Amino acid sequence: MPLPESTSTAAPSPAPRGLAATCVRQVKRELAIARRRGSEWINPLLFQALVIVLFPLGISPEPALLATLAPGLLWVTALLAVLLSLDALFRSDFDDGSLEQMLLSPQPLPALCLAKTFAHWLLTGVPLSLIAPLLGLLLSLPAAGVATLMAALLLGSATFSLIGAVGAALTVSLPRGGVLLSLLILPFYIPVLIFGAGAVNAAIVGDPVAAPMALLGAMLALAIAGAPFAIAGALRISVDG
Amino acid sequence: MRGKQIGMWKFIHKLGSPKWCYQLCGRLQPAFWIAAAVLLAVGAVWSLAFSPPDYQMGDSYRIIYVHVPAAILAQSVFLAMTFASVVFLVWKIKLADMAASVMAPFGAAMTLLGLFSGAVWGIPTWGTWWTWDARLTSMLIQLFIYIGIIALRGAFARPEQGAKAVAVLTLVGVVNIPIIKYSVSWWNTLHQPATFTLTERPAMPESMWMPLLLMVLGFYCFFTALTLYRLRSEILKRESRTRWVREAVK
Repeated sequence: MPLPESTSTAAPSPAPRGLAATCVRQVKRELAIARRRGSEWINPLLFQALVIVLFPLGISPEPALLATLAPGLLWVTALLAVLLSLDALFRSDFDDGSLEQMLLSPQPLPALCLAKTFAHWLLTGVPLSLIAPLLGLLLSLPAAGVATLMAALLLGSATFSLIGAVGAALTVSLPRGGVLLSLLILPFYIPVLIFGAGAVNAAIVGDPVAAPMALLGAMLALAIAGAPFAIAGALRISVDG
Repeated sequence: MRGKQIGMWKFIHKLGSPKWCYQLCGRLQPAFWIAAAVLLAVGAVWSLAFSPPDYQMGDSYRIIYVHVPAAILAQSVFLAMTFASVVFLVWKIKLADMAASVMAPFGAAMTLLGLFSGAVWGIPTWGTWWTWDARLTSMLIQLFIYIGIIALRGAFARPEQGAKAVAVLTLVGVVNIPIIKYSVSWWNTLHQPATFTLTERPAMPESMWMPLLLMVLGFYCFFTALTLYRLRSEILKRESRTRWVREAVK
């Protein structure tokens, strides 16, 4: 007897797929959902843009002052935008039962979690890095820092997605997990913020950026190695209890 | 050898039993309370009245006798919680989770005490309450991690689910411990390097570091005694449906 297939996953498949193929499908599925529900990935970008607009109006429109604040402001607002998108990461899958299907899948759960987090990064971290130069213009960010800002945001936002997914997985079964999620996750974001903003500041004053970029890369490597297992463990706890 | 091994396993197996652990904690507790009282009393009087003042900082350096033990405990308690979390996740021993849950508030309190005593000490020596120094920042992060752990446990309606979630978060949070430990070596900071190391003699005279050592040991004994005391209450609370608890509290 054929089992009822979940709506958002692919058509019934007689032969079991390989791990790589499953991960590719997982990413494609996330992208398809994002295409149909655009607000989920566009809203964090709008949020960041709006918050950036508040600073010149709230502090001072003085270009020299804004230029000194720009690297930190762009990083902090990008961090908050990622945080805003995290609550939805597992929420709808948890509500409609797709998360249980993922847990029941014969493929290793950490690999599927990594694929899901990769899709989250494609939908938040990459767009945030792409609009960063534009928002930098609003804050009179010196041109010397733009390339470093984009590269550092690409690396750092991937770490944000991985660490954030652990928190999202831990709190997905809680009805109002949003505020708790920020309390759990923000302390772990601080090192990334320090070196990310540090890299941009170094680029602006003409210092070598290799050291902070290497540290951002090291933190990403550590997160890739460790976070998928923590996400998988946390999802099992949230779903099975 | 064989018999010894079997004896050890029997001990660990017994330790997993709440009733036996409750009784063991009760037997060990007085010794740790007495040790803590003696060490803290001797250490406090020695450090405040008899150890010489510092040639640069004068008497204000005596804050070290609270600051260093609190900061050491803040990290040791987290390591103990990490160990308990591993035991809980791997062997599903509920007592390990009870131990982790009673240790967390003490760790948070010690982190806060370390930060507060450091801020008070900062005024006479650095001329400021706070500076965004690597050691201070990483300790502040540690405080937020402790608070997050306590908050996460409280958020779950089912305690067993909260216990597992907290154990995972503790394992993730332990990455901050080496950052705190090496923050003074990796970055050029205002904060001085570690006071005690296992391999070298402290850079201060014996009349200064001996009372400090007593204070550190006293803090450890106090932590152990308090943990045993609170673990007993926690066991009674969680095992309140069993017959032996009903008989014990009758």
